Amino acid sequence: MSMEIPYTVEARPDTGLTNGKIGIWLFLASEVMLFGSLFASYVMLRVGNAHWPPGATYLNIPLATLNTVILISSSVTMVLAWASLARNDFGRFRLFMGITILCGFGFLTVKYFEYSAKFHHELYPSTNTFLAIYFTLTGLHMLHVIGGMAVNGYFWGPGSAQWKTEPVHFMNRVENAGLFWHLVDLVWIFLFPILYLL
Amino acid sequence: MSDSHDPKHAHAGHHSPEEVDRYVRAAYFVFGSLLVLTGFTVGAYFLHLPKRFAITLALAIAATKGTLVAAWFMHLVSERKLIFWMLGLTAVLFLPLLLLPTLTVLDHIHLR
Repeated sequence: MSMEIPYTVEARPDTGLTNGKIGIWLFLASEVMLFGSLFASYVMLRVGNAHWPPGATYLNIPLATLNTVILISSSVTMVLAWASLARNDFGRFRLFMGITILCGFGFLTVKYFEYSAKFHHELYPSTNTFLAIYFTLTGLHMLHVIGGMAVNGYFWGPGSAQWKTEPVHFMNRVENAGLFWHLVDLVWIFLFPILYLL
Repeated sequence: MSDSHDPKHAHAGHHSPEEVDRYVRAAYFVFGSLLVLTGFTVGAYFLHLPKRFAITLALAIAATKGTLVAAWFMHLVSERKLIFWMLGLTAVLFLPLLLLPTLTVLDHIHLR
């Protein structure tokens, strides 16, 4: 019995999609619900609290803006990495995927400085409700960044050997990894104003 | 490791060169738009607008940015129907998740 997943290269005739793509979109839907539940918690905590501090009381807006620009840039380089494969240019794929991963490191570095500053001032999740939801949301998001970087790193490094043997399958996998990376960007687009600016 | 121009890899995937070029051009456009909208978001913060207006504006800009990312970076502009059904179902389940808890505290909402 073959253990191979069917329809990873050709689209299924009934759905018009590869199984990998359906799988990643189902996963993204579950991610929307995960972050959605936390956003709902944030809204409920905020509207139920008479003294909600403005984000700038605790958080660094310039650093968060920089992180926004970094993530947006990484989304573009991810698209360019996929497009390079579609244009049959593996060298440029490595370049753009490498930049995407570096952007991920850049995001984490900025986050490290942000978190360090909080801890230095003895601001912890236990300090108050605002910081509790801030650390929960940004911490979970950061885990997603790390997860996305691990997958992208695999496709940049050892996983890229598949390009030699199954180029279309490899390209589809990179596209799916890109969909996850763009969701990470999408979530940050909402986290930034909600936590830092409002 | 250079596999470019290997005939075995020619026309990898199911996308025509024109389609790929279109995505790349759109990606640059979306990138610029996202940067400008991020500037608007931060700029609006420093205007110190009334709270309710500031929240509405910030969420409207975030929704616009999110739409651009989903439509072009995630290729939803040219995606199959099944994906939209899945996303529609997610939206139907997501809205009560977002609204129901808030409705329970509607009587004593404070927005400062």
